[in-house]
Amino acid sequence: MTRKLLFLSLLVSAFMLGFSSPTLAAGSEEDKTSFIMHHVVDSHEWHFATFGHTHVTLPLPVIIYSGDRGLEFFSSKDFQNHETHAFGKEYAHEGYFIDDHDHLGRVDGASFIEFSITKNVAMMFLVMIVVAYVSLSAASHYKKNGAVAPKGAASLIEPIVIFVRDEIAMKSIGPKYKKFVPYLITLFLFIWFGNLMGLMPGAANMTGNIAVTFVLAILTFILTNWNGNKDYWKHVFATPGVPIPMLLIMVPVEIIGLFTKPFALTVRLFVAITAGHIVLLGFIALGFIFESYTIGIVSTLMVTFINLIELLVATIQAYVFTLFSAMYIGSAVAEHEHVDHH
Amino acid sequence: MDLITPGTGLIFWQLFGFLGLLFILIKFAWKPMLAALDERESSIENALKAAETARNEMANLKTENEKLLAEARLERDNILKKAHEASLKMIEDAKLESGKAGAQMIANAKAVIETEKKAALTEVKNQVAILTLEVTEKLLRKTLSDDKAQKELVDQFIKEANIN
Repeated sequence: MTRKLLFLSLLVSAFMLGFSSPTLAAGSEEDKTSFIMHHVVDSHEWHFATFGHTHVTLPLPVIIYSGDRGLEFFSSKDFQNHETHAFGKEYAHEGYFIDDHDHLGRVDGASFIEFSITKNVAMMFLVMIVVAYVSLSAASHYKKNGAVAPKGAASLIEPIVIFVRDEIAMKSIGPKYKKFVPYLITLFLFIWFGNLMGLMPGAANMTGNIAVTFVLAILTFILTNWNGNKDYWKHVFATPGVPIPMLLIMVPVEIIGLFTKPFALTVRLFVAITAGHIVLLGFIALGFIFESYTIGIVSTLMVTFINLIELLVATIQAYVFTLFSAMYIGSAVAEHEHVDHH
Repeated sequence: MDLITPGTGLIFWQLFGFLGLLFILIKFAWKPMLAALDERESSIENALKAAETARNEMANLKTENEKLLAEARLERDNILKKAHEASLKMIEDAKLESGKAGAQMIANAKAVIETEKKAALTEVKNQVAILTLEVTEKLLRKTLSDDKAQKELVDQFIKEANIN
């Protein structure tokens, strides 16, 4: 089993190398590493591979709302050179352009809001479809057969559900855990599947995007503070056992503390996943920078190894995000017995 | 696009996409699934509890049975002991009774024998007396068949009578 996995991982790495090589082999030193940042950040088109001068890409919808022009729909194809697939101000279309840093801009400089289905949004929908499909087919097993032993998709999802319920929710939230279990399971599955699917060749770095992790953290933040009980708010605004003059310092600290929690959640997942992708791509780039087969072989082996670690990281980060969400919620709903043991 | 600047579009789609996913999964996946899990767990727990109760009952029954058995054994022993005693007593009684009856019978027999003996003796005495008388009569008749003899006898008597 392990041997097969290693072999598969090698194949996948070779596949990634094969796809990247033509663009990488030619070009300056900077071009050889610029693809890393290009992969890690969001994009208006989904680039899969380049064969010689042929770019295999999926053009994505560009949706713009502006006060004066209302809602507008374009395709990312409209803003680029059809030969090189390069974006730039010179390829402006109907007053909008996408610059070479993949930023959308307006020629006349007026303000607008962008709702484009970017690469990460498309990836996010894909992940959601997979999560929904797996979860719903797991649930249908129970609907059909009643409360029996799991089978098929249910045997994949059920251990996760039980783990999240018993090990995360029950232990971190306490007696009021039941209400939060569905949210935590969805959170775990979305992050986990997002992390794993992000490791596939050609996939987007969706869970390593700060907007995605930010939204997830904000949802946990809202859920935490919405459910905060008297003790929780008392702890923030009048920490028991603290003298009144000290409260002048403590209250701002506590209020900042409220916001550092979602900030930590946002940054932790973003950094862990993005760093993993950068390391993977960095190893792939090594062979092309040194233009040596030996280093290529060694870096491919390293990519295999890092890929295995990334599988672990994908799971750990999903677990950690869910666990910390549960702990924050737990701190807001816990019933304290204030007997001054602070 | 930038690494650390969240894109508005992505925030928008992520927020509503995730909320939609949350809604769909809560309604159609997690609620039925968690309910089924709860149901299964409670049924397993109930089954375990029932097994525990059954085991306890079995143990109770066993101890009760043993108690009953011990009681029955004790009872049996008691009954046997009593029966044995009773039989012994009956044999003793019978022996005593038969001894008494035998003694009585012997005594009766002795009395009867005594009476019979006395009667027989009386009979014998009577017979002897009768025989004696008859012999005497016959003898007297023989002796006194002539006159001379009769006279001598009378004289004899007179003499004797005179002396007295």
